[in-house]
Amino acid sequence: MTLTSRFTVISDTAPALVPVTFEGRPLDVPAGTSVAAALLSAGVEQFRTTPVSGASRAPFCMMGVCFDCLVEIDGVPNRQSCMVPVRPAMVIRIQRGARTLEGGS
Amino acid sequence: MPAGCIVVGGGILGASIAWGLARQGVDTTVLDEGDNALRATRGNFGLVWVQNKGISMPQYAAWSRDAAALWPQLSGHLLQETGIDVSLQQPGGFYFSFSDEDVEARRASMQAIADKVPGGYPFEMLDRQELRQRLPQIGPEVAGASFTPMDGHVNPLKLYRALDEAGRKLGVRTVRETKVSAISFKDGIFELASSQGPLRSHKIVLAAGLGNRDLATQVGLHAPVVPTRGQVIVTERMRPFLPYPTNKLRQTDEGSVQIGDSVEDVGFDEGTTTEVLQFMARRAVRTFPLLRDVNIVRAWGALRVMTPDGFPIYEESASCPGAFVATCHSGVTLAALHALRVAPWMAGGPPPGGIEVFNSARLAAPARAAMYVN
Repeated sequence: MTLTSRFTVISDTAPALVPVTFEGRPLDVPAGTSVAAALLSAGVEQFRTTPVSGASRAPFCMMGVCFDCLVEIDGVPNRQSCMVPVRPAMVIRIQRGARTLEGGS
Repeated sequence: MPAGCIVVGGGILGASIAWGLARQGVDTTVLDEGDNALRATRGNFGLVWVQNKGISMPQYAAWSRDAAALWPQLSGHLLQETGIDVSLQQPGGFYFSFSDEDVEARRASMQAIADKVPGGYPFEMLDRQELRQRLPQIGPEVAGASFTPMDGHVNPLKLYRALDEAGRKLGVRTVRETKVSAISFKDGIFELASSQGPLRSHKIVLAAGLGNRDLATQVGLHAPVVPTRGQVIVTERMRPFLPYPTNKLRQTDEGSVQIGDSVEDVGFDEGTTTEVLQFMARRAVRTFPLLRDVNIVRAWGALRVMTPDGFPIYEESASCPGAFVATCHSGVTLAALHALRVAPWMAGGPPPGGIEVFNSARLAAPARAAMYVN
Protein backbone atom coordinates (compact mmCIF):
# COMPACT_ATOMS: atom_id res chain seq x y z
CA MET A 1 0.00 0.00 0.00
CA THR A 2 1.08 3.61 -0.41
CA LEU A 3 0.43 6.62 1.79
CA THR A 4 0.81 10.24 0.79
CA SER A 5 4.20 11.47 1.97
CA ARG A 6 5.42 14.99 2.65
CA PHE A 7 8.83 13.80 1.43
CA THR A 8 10.15 13.14 -2.04
CA VAL A 9 12.99 10.78 -2.83
CA ILE A 10 15.48 12.75 -4.92
CA SER A 11 16.93 10.36 -7.46
CA ASP A 12 17.53 10.14 -11.21
CA THR A 13 16.14 6.66 -11.26
CA ALA A 14 13.17 5.27 -9.42
CA PRO A 15 14.45 3.78 -6.12
CA ALA A 16 14.28 0.06 -5.62
CA LEU A 17 11.57 -0.86 -3.14
CA VAL A 18 11.64 -3.37 -0.29
CA PRO A 19 8.58 -4.79 1.44
CA VAL A 20 8.16 -4.24 5.19
CA THR A 21 5.18 -4.13 7.49
CA PHE A 22 4.28 -1.18 9.66
CA GLU A 23 1.62 -1.73 12.31
CA GLY A 24 0.71 -4.90 10.45
CA ARG A 25 0.16 -3.16 7.10
CA PRO A 26 2.36 -4.13 4.15
CA LEU A 27 4.37 -1.18 2.89
CA ASP A 28 6.85 -0.86 0.01
CA VAL A 29 9.64 1.50 1.01
CA PRO A 30 12.84 2.73 -0.70
CA ALA A 31 15.79 0.38 -0.24
CA GLY A 32 19.26 1.47 0.81
CA THR A 33 18.23 3.98 3.43
CA SER A 34 17.42 4.12 7.13
CA VAL A 35 14.18 2.79 8.54
CA ALA A 36 13.27 6.37 9.50
CA ALA A 37 13.83 7.78 6.00
CA ALA A 38 12.03 4.78 4.48
CA LEU A 39 8.97 5.22 6.67
CA LEU A 40 8.87 9.00 6.15
CA SER A 41 9.04 8.61 2.40
CA ALA A 42 6.19 6.10 2.63
CA GLY A 43 4.07 8.68 4.45
CA VAL A 44 4.33 7.39 8.03
CA GLU A 45 3.99 10.29 10.48
CA GLN A 46 3.58 8.70 13.88
CA PHE A 47 6.64 6.74 15.00
CA ARG A 48 6.15 6.65 18.75
CA THR A 49 4.14 8.02 21.66
CA THR A 50 6.03 9.52 24.59
CA PRO A 51 6.26 7.66 27.90
CA VAL A 52 5.29 10.71 29.97
CA SER A 53 2.43 12.48 28.17
CA GLY A 54 1.56 9.99 25.44
CA ALA A 55 2.02 12.62 22.72
CA SER A 56 2.85 11.45 19.17
CA ARG A 57 6.36 11.91 17.84
CA ALA A 58 8.19 11.60 14.52
CA PRO A 59 11.90 11.83 13.61
CA PHE A 60 13.48 15.17 14.38
CA CYS A 61 17.27 15.02 14.06
CA MET A 62 17.74 12.02 11.73
CA MET A 63 21.24 11.58 13.15
CA GLY A 64 20.91 9.48 16.27
CA VAL A 65 20.59 12.17 18.89
CA CYS A 66 16.97 13.04 19.62
CA PHE A 67 15.41 9.61 20.19
CA ASP A 68 12.13 10.84 18.71
CA CYS A 69 12.20 8.23 15.92
CA LEU A 70 11.96 5.21 18.23
CA VAL A 71 10.05 2.23 16.85
CA GLU A 72 9.84 -1.47 17.59
CA ILE A 73 11.67 -3.52 14.95
CA ASP A 74 11.26 -7.31 14.78
CA GLY A 75 10.12 -7.36 18.40
CA VAL A 76 13.00 -5.25 19.76
CA PRO A 77 11.68 -2.10 21.45
CA ASN A 78 13.08 1.45 21.33
CA ARG A 79 15.16 1.11 18.15
CA GLN A 80 16.43 4.41 16.80
CA SER A 81 14.98 4.06 13.32
CA CYS A 82 17.27 6.73 11.85
CA MET A 83 20.27 4.56 12.76
CA VAL A 84 19.00 1.23 11.42
CA PRO A 85 19.27 0.33 7.70
CA VAL A 86 15.96 -0.87 6.31
CA ARG A 87 15.82 -4.55 5.31
CA PRO A 88 13.22 -6.55 3.45
CA ALA A 89 10.50 -8.14 5.61
CA MET A 90 11.16 -6.02 8.70
CA VAL A 91 8.22 -6.03 11.10
CA ILE A 92 7.97 -2.48 12.39
CA ARG A 93 5.61 -1.17 15.02
CA ILE A 94 4.93 2.14 16.70
CA GLN A 95 6.83 2.40 20.00
CA ARG A 96 3.98 3.05 22.38
CA GLY A 97 5.26 4.76 25.53
CA ALA A 98 8.00 3.20 27.62
CA ARG A 99 9.33 -0.21 26.67
CA THR A 100 8.59 -3.28 28.75
CA LEU A 101 11.22 -5.58 30.23
CA GLU A 102 11.30 -9.31 29.76
CA GLY A 103 10.55 -10.72 33.18
CA GLY A 104 9.30 -7.31 34.29
CA SER A 105 5.83 -5.89 34.30
CA MET B 1 21.75 50.15 47.81
CA PRO B 2 23.24 46.89 49.12
CA ALA B 3 21.08 43.79 48.77
CA GLY B 4 19.79 42.08 51.88
CA CYS B 5 21.59 38.85 51.16
CA ILE B 6 23.66 37.55 48.28
CA VAL B 7 23.84 33.78 47.90
CA VAL B 8 26.97 32.81 45.97
CA GLY B 9 26.11 29.66 44.04
CA GLY B 10 22.89 28.74 42.29
CA GLY B 11 22.94 24.95 42.47
CA ILE B 12 20.43 22.94 44.46
CA LEU B 13 22.07 24.01 47.73
CA GLY B 14 22.10 27.73 46.87
CA ALA B 15 18.59 27.60 45.44
CA SER B 16 17.28 25.83 48.58
CA ILE B 17 18.80 28.44 50.87
CA ALA B 18 17.76 31.38 48.69
CA TRP B 19 14.13 30.26 48.64
CA GLY B 20 14.30 29.63 52.41
CA LEU B 21 15.67 33.15 52.97
CA ALA B 22 12.97 34.70 50.80
CA ARG B 23 10.32 32.84 52.83
CA GLN B 24 11.69 34.73 55.85
CA GLY B 25 11.26 38.03 54.01
CA VAL B 26 14.95 38.51 53.20
CA ASP B 27 15.71 40.42 50.01
CA THR B 28 17.81 37.78 48.25
CA THR B 29 20.02 37.69 45.16
CA VAL B 30 21.62 34.50 43.83
CA LEU B 31 24.80 34.69 41.78
CA ASP B 32 25.20 31.68 39.57
CA GLU B 33 28.42 31.06 37.70
CA GLY B 34 26.63 29.43 34.79
CA ASP B 35 26.61 26.13 33.00
CA ASN B 36 30.39 26.06 32.64
CA ALA B 37 30.73 25.88 36.42
CA LEU B 38 31.83 22.70 38.17
CA ARG B 39 28.28 22.04 39.26
CA ALA B 40 27.93 19.34 41.87
CA THR B 41 24.19 19.55 41.17
CA ARG B 42 24.91 17.93 37.81
CA GLY B 43 26.26 14.88 39.64
CA ASN B 44 23.33 14.37 41.97
CA PHE B 45 21.64 11.01 42.15
CA GLY B 46 18.16 12.11 43.20
CA LEU B 47 18.26 10.12 46.43
CA VAL B 48 16.76 11.28 49.71
CA TRP B 49 19.04 8.86 51.49
CA VAL B 50 19.70 8.12 55.14
CA GLN B 51 21.07 4.62 55.54
CA ASN B 52 24.67 4.08 56.52
CA LYS B 53 25.53 7.77 56.62
CA GLY B 54 27.33 9.11 59.68
CA ILE B 55 28.98 5.99 61.03
CA SER B 56 31.73 8.13 62.57
CA MET B 57 29.43 11.08 63.38
CA PRO B 58 26.03 10.06 64.79
CA GLN B 59 24.90 13.69 64.62
CA TYR B 60 25.16 13.47 60.85
CA ALA B 61 23.11 10.28 60.80
CA ALA B 62 20.45 12.14 62.79
CA TRP B 63 20.75 15.24 60.57
CA SER B 64 20.17 13.11 57.44
CA ARG B 65 17.28 11.24 59.05
CA ASP B 66 15.64 14.49 60.16
CA ALA B 67 16.10 15.99 56.70
CA ALA B 68 14.33 12.99 55.13
CA ALA B 69 11.52 13.29 57.67
CA LEU B 70 11.09 16.97 56.78
CA TRP B 71 11.07 16.30 53.03
CA PRO B 72 7.28 15.85 52.68
CA GLN B 73 6.89 19.41 54.00
CA LEU B 74 9.35 20.69 51.42
CA SER B 75 7.64 18.94 48.51
CA GLY B 76 4.25 20.09 49.82
CA HIS B 77 5.36 23.73 49.91
CA LEU B 78 6.87 23.49 46.45
CA LEU B 79 3.71 21.94 45.01
CA GLN B 80 1.54 24.58 46.62
CA GLU B 81 3.73 27.51 45.59
CA THR B 82 4.72 26.43 42.08
CA GLY B 83 2.34 23.67 41.00
CA ILE B 84 5.39 21.45 40.39
CA ASP B 85 5.23 17.95 41.83
CA VAL B 86 8.83 16.96 42.45
CA SER B 87 7.80 13.27 42.63
CA LEU B 88 9.00 12.59 46.15
CA GLN B 89 8.68 8.89 47.00
CA GLN B 90 9.85 7.54 50.33
CA PRO B 91 9.05 3.81 50.29
CA GLY B 92 12.34 2.90 51.98
CA GLY B 93 15.56 1.92 50.23
CA PHE B 94 17.80 -1.09 49.68
CA TYR B 95 21.55 -1.52 49.77
CA PHE B 96 22.62 -4.76 48.06
CA SER B 97 25.54 -6.99 49.04
CA PHE B 98 27.18 -9.48 46.72
CA SER B 99 28.81 -11.64 49.41
CA ASP B 100 27.87 -13.01 52.80
CA GLU B 101 30.87 -11.18 54.27
CA ASP B 102 29.53 -7.89 52.96
CA VAL B 103 26.09 -8.62 54.40
CA GLU B 104 27.68 -9.16 57.82
CA ALA B 105 29.82 -6.02 57.52
CA ARG B 106 26.73 -4.09 56.57
CA ARG B 107 24.78 -5.46 59.50
CA ALA B 108 27.57 -4.40 61.85
CA SER B 109 27.82 -0.87 60.52
CA MET B 110 24.05 -0.32 60.47
CA GLN B 111 23.81 -1.63 64.03
CA ALA B 112 26.70 0.61 65.12
CA ILE B 113 24.86 3.66 63.80
CA ALA B 114 21.52 2.60 65.27
CA ASP B 115 23.18 2.13 68.69
CA LYS B 116 24.58 5.65 68.64
CA VAL B 117 21.74 7.66 67.14
CA PRO B 118 19.08 8.81 69.58
CA GLY B 119 15.48 8.95 68.46
CA GLY B 120 15.26 5.76 66.45
CA TYR B 121 17.07 4.37 63.43
CA PRO B 122 14.99 1.54 62.02
CA PHE B 123 16.62 -0.97 59.67
CA GLU B 124 16.32 -4.58 58.59
CA MET B 125 18.84 -7.04 57.20
CA LEU B 126 17.43 -9.37 54.54
CA ASP B 127 18.93 -12.65 53.40
CA ARG B 128 18.63 -13.97 49.85
CA GLN B 129 15.21 -15.46 50.35
CA GLU B 130 13.70 -12.54 52.22
CA LEU B 131 15.07 -10.16 49.62
CA ARG B 132 13.63 -12.20 46.76
CA GLN B 133 10.21 -12.03 48.37
CA ARG B 134 10.36 -8.22 48.39
CA LEU B 135 12.09 -7.84 45.02
CA PRO B 136 11.33 -10.88 42.83
CA GLN B 137 13.50 -9.53 39.98
CA ILE B 138 16.72 -9.49 42.00
CA GLY B 139 19.65 -11.39 40.47
CA PRO B 140 21.00 -14.67 41.89
CA GLU B 141 24.38 -13.10 42.71
CA VAL B 142 22.91 -10.71 45.26
CA ALA B 143 23.60 -12.20 48.69
CA GLY B 144 21.40 -9.95 50.77
CA ALA B 145 20.48 -6.39 51.55
CA SER B 146 19.96 -3.81 54.20
CA PHE B 147 16.70 -1.90 54.13
CA THR B 148 15.55 1.17 55.97
CA PRO B 149 12.10 2.72 55.70
CA MET B 150 13.72 6.17 55.93
CA ASP B 151 15.09 6.28 52.38
CA GLY B 152 13.48 7.70 49.28
CA HIS B 153 14.08 9.60 46.08
CA VAL B 154 12.88 12.57 44.11
CA ASN B 155 13.06 13.92 40.57
CA PRO B 156 16.06 16.27 40.88
CA LEU B 157 15.32 18.11 37.63
CA LYS B 158 11.85 19.01 38.86
CA LEU B 159 13.26 19.88 42.29
CA TYR B 160 15.79 22.30 40.84
CA ARG B 161 13.14 23.94 38.68
CA ALA B 162 10.64 24.15 41.55
CA LEU B 163 13.19 25.75 43.88
CA ASP B 164 14.08 28.30 41.23
CA GLU B 165 10.47 29.12 40.51
CA ALA B 166 9.41 29.22 44.16
CA GLY B 167 12.27 31.61 44.88
CA ARG B 168 11.41 33.84 41.94
CA LYS B 169 7.79 34.07 43.09
CA LEU B 170 9.03 35.41 46.43
CA GLY B 171 11.32 37.96 44.78
CA VAL B 172 14.63 36.07 44.59
CA ARG B 173 16.74 37.48 41.76
CA THR B 174 19.05 34.95 40.15
CA VAL B 175 21.85 36.48 38.11
CA ARG B 176 23.35 33.92 35.73
CA GLU B 177 26.83 33.86 34.22
CA THR B 178 28.22 35.65 37.26
CA LYS B 179 31.40 34.36 38.85
CA VAL B 180 32.54 35.87 42.13
CA SER B 181 36.30 36.30 42.29
CA ALA B 182 36.84 38.18 45.58
CA ILE B 183 34.90 39.34 48.64
CA SER B 184 35.73 42.14 51.05
CA PHE B 185 33.97 43.30 54.21
CA LYS B 186 33.90 46.85 55.55
CA ASP B 187 31.54 48.68 57.93
CA GLY B 188 29.06 45.83 57.89
CA ILE B 189 28.81 45.67 54.09
CA PHE B 190 30.14 42.91 51.87
CA GLU B 191 31.49 43.85 48.47
CA LEU B 192 31.78 41.05 45.91
CA ALA B 193 34.01 41.44 42.87
CA SER B 194 32.18 39.63 40.11
CA SER B 195 32.18 39.27 36.36
CA GLN B 196 29.19 41.70 36.46
CA GLY B 197 31.19 44.29 38.42
CA PRO B 198 31.08 44.97 42.19
CA LEU B 199 27.95 43.88 44.09
CA ARG B 200 27.15 44.79 47.69
CA SER B 201 25.05 43.23 50.42
CA HIS B 202 24.52 43.10 54.18
CA LYS B 203 24.80 39.33 54.27
CA ILE B 204 26.35 36.65 52.14
CA VAL B 205 25.89 32.90 51.99
CA LEU B 206 28.66 30.93 50.33
CA ALA B 207 26.98 28.01 48.58
CA ALA B 208 29.51 27.85 45.79
CA GLY B 209 30.44 24.18 46.08
CA LEU B 210 34.11 23.73 45.24
CA GLY B 211 34.37 27.52 44.90
CA ASN B 212 33.78 27.84 48.64
CA ARG B 213 37.34 26.79 49.37
CA ASP B 214 38.87 30.08 48.18
CA LEU B 215 35.94 32.37 48.93
CA ALA B 216 35.57 31.23 52.56
CA THR B 217 39.06 32.28 53.57
CA GLN B 218 38.35 35.85 52.38
CA VAL B 219 35.64 36.30 55.02
CA GLY B 220 37.20 34.42 57.93
CA LEU B 221 35.63 31.05 57.19
CA HIS B 222 37.15 27.64 56.52
CA ALA B 223 35.81 25.23 53.89
CA PRO B 224 38.67 22.99 52.75
CA VAL B 225 36.59 21.09 50.19
CA VAL B 226 37.99 18.86 47.47
CA PRO B 227 36.38 17.31 44.39
CA THR B 228 35.40 13.69 44.06
CA ARG B 229 34.16 12.51 40.72
CA GLY B 230 30.99 10.56 40.27
CA GLN B 231 30.00 8.98 36.96
CA VAL B 232 26.36 8.56 36.13
CA ILE B 233 24.51 6.43 33.54
CA VAL B 234 20.93 6.97 32.42
CA THR B 235 19.02 4.36 30.43
CA GLU B 236 16.08 4.55 28.10
CA ARG B 237 12.68 4.76 29.75
CA MET B 238 10.88 1.56 30.61
CA ARG B 239 7.72 0.49 32.35
CA PRO B 240 7.99 0.57 36.15
CA PHE B 241 9.77 -2.52 37.55
CA LEU B 242 11.56 -1.21 40.65
CA PRO B 243 9.35 0.46 43.26
CA TYR B 244 12.25 1.29 45.63
CA PRO B 245 15.38 3.41 45.37
CA THR B 246 18.66 1.59 45.97
CA ASN B 247 22.09 2.97 46.66
CA LYS B 248 23.48 2.07 43.24
CA LEU B 249 20.53 2.42 40.90
CA ARG B 250 17.00 3.68 40.88
CA GLN B 251 14.14 3.90 38.43
CA THR B 252 13.00 7.48 38.09
CA ASP B 253 9.39 8.64 38.19
CA GLU B 254 9.47 8.90 34.38
CA GLY B 255 10.86 5.41 33.78
CA SER B 256 14.62 5.81 33.16
CA VAL B 257 17.06 3.91 35.31
CA GLN B 258 19.83 6.01 36.79
CA ILE B 259 22.97 4.04 37.64
CA GLY B 260 25.72 5.52 39.77
CA ASP B 261 27.66 5.37 42.98
CA SER B 262 31.18 5.67 41.63
CA VAL B 263 33.66 7.69 43.68
CA GLU B 264 37.02 8.71 42.24
CA ASP B 265 39.74 11.12 43.23
CA VAL B 266 40.86 12.55 39.88
CA GLY B 267 41.30 16.24 40.62
CA PHE B 268 39.17 18.52 38.46
CA ASP B 269 38.61 16.05 35.61
CA GLU B 270 34.86 15.87 34.85
CA GLY B 271 35.15 13.19 32.20
CA THR B 272 33.95 9.62 31.99
CA THR B 273 35.94 6.42 31.65
CA THR B 274 34.87 3.24 29.90
CA GLU B 275 36.29 1.19 32.77
CA VAL B 276 34.09 2.78 35.44
CA LEU B 277 30.97 2.97 33.26
CA GLN B 278 31.40 -0.70 32.35
CA PHE B 279 31.80 -1.67 36.00
CA MET B 280 28.67 0.25 36.96
CA ALA B 281 26.63 -1.18 34.09
CA ARG B 282 27.75 -4.74 34.86
CA ARG B 283 26.92 -4.34 38.51
CA ALA B 284 23.47 -3.04 37.59
CA VAL B 285 22.87 -6.13 35.41
CA ARG B 286 24.16 -8.45 38.16
CA THR B 287 21.67 -6.78 40.50
CA PHE B 288 18.74 -6.87 38.07
CA PRO B 289 19.47 -9.25 35.16
CA LEU B 290 16.36 -8.07 33.32
CA LEU B 291 18.31 -4.86 32.53
CA ARG B 292 20.74 -6.77 30.31
CA ASP B 293 19.37 -5.60 26.95
CA VAL B 294 18.38 -2.12 28.03
CA ASN B 295 19.88 0.80 26.10
CA ILE B 296 21.96 3.50 27.73
CA VAL B 297 21.07 6.95 26.47
CA ARG B 298 23.50 9.15 28.39
CA ALA B 299 26.54 8.95 30.66
CA TRP B 300 28.47 11.78 32.24
CA GLY B 301 30.87 12.68 35.00
CA ALA B 302 30.52 15.40 37.61
CA LEU B 303 32.57 16.68 40.50
CA ARG B 304 30.95 16.40 43.89
CA VAL B 305 31.99 18.38 46.92
CA MET B 306 33.82 16.64 49.76
CA THR B 307 34.99 18.02 53.08
CA PRO B 308 37.96 16.28 54.77
CA ASP B 309 35.64 14.11 56.91
CA GLY B 310 32.72 13.99 54.46
CA PHE B 311 30.29 15.91 56.65
CA PRO B 312 28.73 19.34 56.00
CA ILE B 313 30.00 22.70 57.16
CA TYR B 314 27.51 25.37 58.22
CA GLU B 315 29.02 28.34 59.98
CA GLU B 316 28.78 32.08 60.44
CA SER B 317 32.03 34.00 60.33
CA ALA B 318 33.23 35.38 63.67
CA SER B 319 35.38 38.07 62.03
CA CYS B 320 32.87 39.05 59.32
CA PRO B 321 29.41 38.65 60.92
CA GLY B 322 26.74 38.13 58.33
CA ALA B 323 28.93 35.85 56.21
CA PHE B 324 27.80 32.24 56.22
CA VAL B 325 29.18 29.16 54.56
CA ALA B 326 27.16 26.10 53.64
CA THR B 327 28.84 23.16 52.03
CA CYS B 328 27.79 19.53 51.87
CA HIS B 329 27.85 16.35 49.83
CA SER B 330 24.10 15.65 49.87
CA GLY B 331 22.29 18.71 48.60
CA VAL B 332 19.17 16.75 47.63
CA THR B 333 18.75 14.72 50.83
CA LEU B 334 19.40 17.78 52.97
CA ALA B 335 17.38 20.25 50.86
CA ALA B 336 14.44 20.27 53.27
CA LEU B 337 16.66 21.16 56.23
CA HIS B 338 18.53 23.76 54.20
CA ALA B 339 15.39 25.54 53.06
CA LEU B 340 13.23 25.17 56.16
CA ARG B 341 15.73 25.17 59.06
CA VAL B 342 19.17 26.43 58.00
CA ALA B 343 17.98 29.41 55.92
CA PRO B 344 15.79 30.81 58.78
CA TRP B 345 18.90 30.73 61.00
CA MET B 346 20.89 32.60 58.34
CA ALA B 347 18.01 35.09 58.13
CA GLY B 348 18.55 35.91 61.79
CA GLY B 349 16.65 33.24 63.67
CA PRO B 350 17.99 30.78 66.24
CA PRO B 351 20.28 28.01 65.00
CA PRO B 352 18.45 24.76 64.29
CA GLY B 353 19.00 22.01 66.84
CA GLY B 354 22.00 19.82 66.05
CA ILE B 355 23.72 22.23 63.64
CA GLU B 356 26.45 23.30 66.08
CA VAL B 357 28.60 20.21 65.44
CA PHE B 358 28.91 21.09 61.77
CA ASN B 359 31.20 24.08 62.20
CA SER B 360 34.71 23.93 60.80
CA ALA B 361 36.44 23.80 64.21
CA ARG B 362 36.32 20.00 64.01
CA LEU B 363 38.53 20.13 60.92
CA ALA B 364 41.33 21.82 62.82
CA ALA B 365 42.00 18.42 64.40
CA PRO B 366 44.59 16.20 62.66
CA ALA B 367 43.24 15.13 59.31
CA ARG B 368 41.02 12.11 59.54
CA ALA B 369 40.41 9.69 56.74
CA ALA B 370 37.22 10.33 54.82
CA MET B 371 34.57 8.38 56.68
CA TYR B 372 31.75 8.99 54.31
CA VAL B 373 30.44 5.63 53.26
CA ASN B 374 27.45 5.05 51.09
